[in-house]
Amino acid sequence: MMLALSNLTVRRGDCPVVDRVTLTVGPGEFVGLIGPNGAGKTTLLRAALGFLAHEGESSLARLTPRERARAVAFLPQAREIAWPVDVETLVALGRAPHLGRAMGVEDRAAVERALQRMGLEGYRARVATALSGGEQARVLIARALAQETPLLLADEPVAGLDPESQIRAMQVFQDLAAEGRAVVASIHDLGLAARHCTRLVLLARGQVVADGPPAAVLTAENMAAVFGVRVFYAETPEGPVVQPLGVTR
Amino acid sequence: MSYRGLLAALGALVTLLFAASLLVGPAALGFTESVVALLTGRGEAVVLVMREIRLPRALLGLMVGAVLGLSGAAMQGFLRNPLAEPGLIGVSSSAALGAVIALQTGIAAAFTLALPLAALAGAALSVLLILGLAGPRGGALALILAGIAISALAGAGVALVLNLSPNPFAAMEIVFWMMGSLADRSMVHVALAAPFMLLGTLMLLTLGRGLDALTLGEDAAEAMGVRLGRLRLVLIFGTALSVGAAVAVAGTVGFVGLVVPHVLRPLVGARPSRLLPAAALGGAAMLLAADIAVRVIAPDRDLKLGVLTALVGSPFFLHLIWRMRRLEA
Repeated sequence: MMLALSNLTVRRGDCPVVDRVTLTVGPGEFVGLIGPNGAGKTTLLRAALGFLAHEGESSLARLTPRERARAVAFLPQAREIAWPVDVETLVALGRAPHLGRAMGVEDRAAVERALQRMGLEGYRARVATALSGGEQARVLIARALAQETPLLLADEPVAGLDPESQIRAMQVFQDLAAEGRAVVASIHDLGLAARHCTRLVLLARGQVVADGPPAAVLTAENMAAVFGVRVFYAETPEGPVVQPLGVTR
Repeated sequence: MSYRGLLAALGALVTLLFAASLLVGPAALGFTESVVALLTGRGEAVVLVMREIRLPRALLGLMVGAVLGLSGAAMQGFLRNPLAEPGLIGVSSSAALGAVIALQTGIAAAFTLALPLAALAGAALSVLLILGLAGPRGGALALILAGIAISALAGAGVALVLNLSPNPFAAMEIVFWMMGSLADRSMVHVALAAPFMLLGTLMLLTLGRGLDALTLGEDAAEAMGVRLGRLRLVLIFGTALSVGAAVAVAGTVGFVGLVVPHVLRPLVGARPSRLLPAAALGGAAMLLAADIAVRVIAPDRDLKLGVLTALVGSPFFLHLIWRMRRLEA
């Protein structure tokens, strides 16, 4: 098991923001975390990592910081790059938890694999802060990939990317899962989530409302109750197609 | 230029300026004469000038400049802000308050080390305050706000002491001390400050990797195994030890900790870990150069070091703001 949460609860004041979430994620899974704004997706991810005071259990929060950094990579929602470092240096930061005294052969190879997966070989020497927002997002995903952990937690990794980059990033996450690793990513685009994730977890007011294969989660009832929208859903030869059509409330 | 090349060049510059600092002064000594006196101890008056006046001055310039540059680079790396400087957490102003109280009460005149010890006590107090205010954990913002509050409080304390000073001469002494200077310091000052500065420097130099990871923000750094709470503690104590000791022996010398990391950042590929040693060398070079300049520009007017660094530093600061605005536009 790569991630095991049991009755995870986070309170802001008295109000639970994440409410008794129980969840296990195993190898080969690409879990899409969906839910409206304020449903507690970010809080759930941060609490699972042990960054927030919580009740209940998270398998990651029990690890020491160094063990955790080798078990899970985290891609925060805020895409922060504080200094104008070059792309290769930035991606190499992901090797920090594995580093001995300096970058070794294996570290360089990992950076190379990450750059390749995200199609960034041509960007190596570019200054990261001078790239466009979407390019920065891809560089930051590469940084998390370079950490080469069994589990990747990503908070809205594809928001703001162009369609090609979105699909490519989702395919990278799919590939990771196919290789026996696991990915948990919060995603707002229901269409992308339905097509690429192996499993969806629907969160509303901090609680898990539905958990299962995309078709079982994206039901008309769930969509109306949680998002307040009518959704078109069809299985096509090209895979499931999901499109929100209108609001129901 | 490669990183090693840059460090070597900065090292050579510091060595050169250190030597120059030993050779510049009101006592007109010949080059050979001074070097021989310094190294062998032959020639009584010359030995006195070299070993008791110029050597401590050059050493303090080196040490104070290095810790100001280093702590400035560490502070900027931690806060991820190029406008941060070591005085931001209130250590400098609190150390100054301690020194000013020592001057006011007259204990500074009682024995040589009273003033620096009072300044160190002020710095120590500010650390306790900042940890109390910003909490054991907590982000960069809490630290900045606590630092501003402490600086304001210490500034008010200094103003109060000046306000209540018994006569204009006492006030003048305080004002002059606060301008920062390396003149008339002895090896006793060097010996007092050195252990604190060394310990602080070693602490700050361990922060490189953590600061590198912080480039991606606090959450990402924490997820990469950085213990943020510990990093912050080491930063605060390292800065307090080294900057507190610097203020204790040299008064408040501004702008070195702000300007030096900023100038060197592009030359190290903007990596915080590489900036730390470079900024230490750069700070030493800047302060040695400034201290030589005050002796050359106005040999008989006792131009204060802090005045000069501020005179050079603030136009640079304006330039920095102007350039940032242009880049953001």
